[in-house]
Amino acid sequence: MMAVMTFRQALHDTLRDEMHRDENVVLMGEEIGVFEGSYKITAGLLSEFGERRVRDTPIAEEGFTGAAIGAAMLGLRPVVEIMTINFSLLALDQIVNHAAKIYGMFGGQARVPLVIRTPGGGGQQLGATHSQNIELYYAFVPGMKVVAPSTPADAKALLLAAIRDDDPVLFLENLALYNTKGDVPDGDAPAEIGRAAVTRRGSDLTLIGYSRTAFVANQVAQELAETEGLDIEVVDLRSLRPLDRTTIVESVKRTSCAVVLEDDWLTYGIGAEVAATISDGAFDYLDAPVRRVAMAEVPLPYSKVLETAALPSHEDVINAVYQTLDAVGRRRPAARR
Amino acid sequence: MSERTRSAKKGSPSADGSVPPGLTDEEGRRLLDFYRRMVVIRRFEERAARGYTQALIGGYCHLNLGEEAAVVGLVAALDERDYLFTNYREHGYAIERGISPERVMAELYGRVDGVSKGWGGSMHLFDVDHRLLGGYGIVGGQLPLATGAALAISYRGSDEVVMCTMGDGTTNIGAFHESLNLAALWHLPIVYVIINNRLGMGTTVEKSSAEPELARRAASYRMASARVDGLDPLATYEATRAAVAAARAGAPFLLEVVSERLRGHSVVDPAKYRTAEEVEALTSHDPIHTVGARLMVEGLLDAAGLAALDEEAKAIAERASAFAESSPHPDPSTLFDYTYATPVANDLHRLPGEPLFAARPRPTEVA
Repeated sequence: MMAVMTFRQALHDTLRDEMHRDENVVLMGEEIGVFEGSYKITAGLLSEFGERRVRDTPIAEEGFTGAAIGAAMLGLRPVVEIMTINFSLLALDQIVNHAAKIYGMFGGQARVPLVIRTPGGGGQQLGATHSQNIELYYAFVPGMKVVAPSTPADAKALLLAAIRDDDPVLFLENLALYNTKGDVPDGDAPAEIGRAAVTRRGSDLTLIGYSRTAFVANQVAQELAETEGLDIEVVDLRSLRPLDRTTIVESVKRTSCAVVLEDDWLTYGIGAEVAATISDGAFDYLDAPVRRVAMAEVPLPYSKVLETAALPSHEDVINAVYQTLDAVGRRRPAARR
Repeated sequence: MSERTRSAKKGSPSADGSVPPGLTDEEGRRLLDFYRRMVVIRRFEERAARGYTQALIGGYCHLNLGEEAAVVGLVAALDERDYLFTNYREHGYAIERGISPERVMAELYGRVDGVSKGWGGSMHLFDVDHRLLGGYGIVGGQLPLATGAALAISYRGSDEVVMCTMGDGTTNIGAFHESLNLAALWHLPIVYVIINNRLGMGTTVEKSSAEPELARRAASYRMASARVDGLDPLATYEATRAAVAAARAGAPFLLEVVSERLRGHSVVDPAKYRTAEEVEALTSHDPIHTVGARLMVEGLLDAAGLAALDEEAKAIAERASAFAESSPHPDPSTLFDYTYATPVANDLHRLPGEPLFAARPRPTEVA
């Protein structure tokens, strides 16, 4: 059975189901209880489960994230909401130096079954400090797992997996995805962390994204199929650490060219890792350089005009696809018309 | 802490040589036991320092020299079921929690029989069975974790207590404030312990803390607090017992233990920032000397007994280093054993010189 629901609803329902399933699942974060969450993911959960299990915290990211890690060491399974990924910087020491290290540094004696849910995303005129996409800070660190769903179905399946995993998982959400809708299967089927998905088969070009950019990739592929008859393959990374390199490389072996979409900055970004992976694993198959579509290298401005100029647009993606196909030569879109 | 405070403490030998008041039988037995433990830590730490100069111990190595009375008094006040979080100056705490000196030394040597299997080193001792939950190298990093452990205890309604020790310099880091605030708000069963040896590396408390009477910081959180002479193991023990009892009843506590650091910050620090007078004073405050002298004054130990106890401690330290040296190094094949507790697809087990993907044969030329 399937139900159509929003990304937000899928997150909410999964949290609720997991709290019913396991007494050790507790929610912590700023404004998640009385206020019902800045983005209303936890709406109604305080009244259903009470303050013991839905814990409003002071504005103290380092303190409450660290406390969640410590509680996880004793067997609770805290799901922490950090209001936006920008604020996770306040907890960076606890996440990077502690959550990600405790299992290995002590020779496997303590586990940290922790989930940090946090949205990224720019484009809402929130200015330089509230619009960043810094998931790569966490994806950089062995010991962390980082997942980034792009659909309501994956939001459910990956959240189930994250909550039941015995390692710290950063669960990346995106402000622009919360109201998107999709089919969500009923039942209890966690996703496998560390696996990308080919969400659309095609032979002309591989379009790679995650979170919001995977959504964009599918949208663009559909549009270009309809308007240009292009046959674009889409890889949704879903997991940023571990990164499913095999799925990326196998796709590029089929299509011989790739465009990587990312909402972070280009330099040292997730796309750089993906492009390097393609170079390592599919060098002989490439017919064009791997193209990356990423943010301009500026602190994101407030002005709508400047903000729009700095962020990757729909047209930027389409142009990158065209230019890459031009470079491949044998597949000019014009020839297909 | 001032000389005045220290000499005014009940039972402490004072700098002017006056004889302190007598001990009850129970206190006498306890002090003798504490002293024996203190000497074990002293000799262990001296042996560790030697292991460092022999290049058998690498990395950083911070010793509890001068803090033995504080370590013993603090840990003795915990029950076996209680948890301890501490920092990177923690060899003595590990031994006092009941972990064998052999396994502690083996960790310093980076061997497989070390408490953390050679993954942690001196700063990251951990033993889940003895409820020592680390050993943390980042100043203040252990505070939120310990607070969370207390939260888990409170959540389950069980009656363990968490003790979280830190140095005086840690009181100036944000995690200190955030943690104490959370513990007070949520009534968590935790005792925060400041080991105030008056120096954060080479910086004095007065130079780093606008409120140098560190226990007073508890007032910001309406938390109970106390300051105790950490050179007096009995006084430390009694103060800690009271703090632990309060925490067990759901009232977190801040305990400041005023102590001494006999040597530099770590084994490689010659502590040139100390004056000759300060170094002189350190020797007269050395708790191994003062507590030993007190036991002699009380008639609980004679010179022969003291020497025998010292020999025993040295033998323990020697056995520990011999064990450590004979323990195997971890096998490089175990390098990827502890990245993830839950095995995960595409976890990369690649050594530095290996390619991500196997190299393809060079295409042969078509004739």
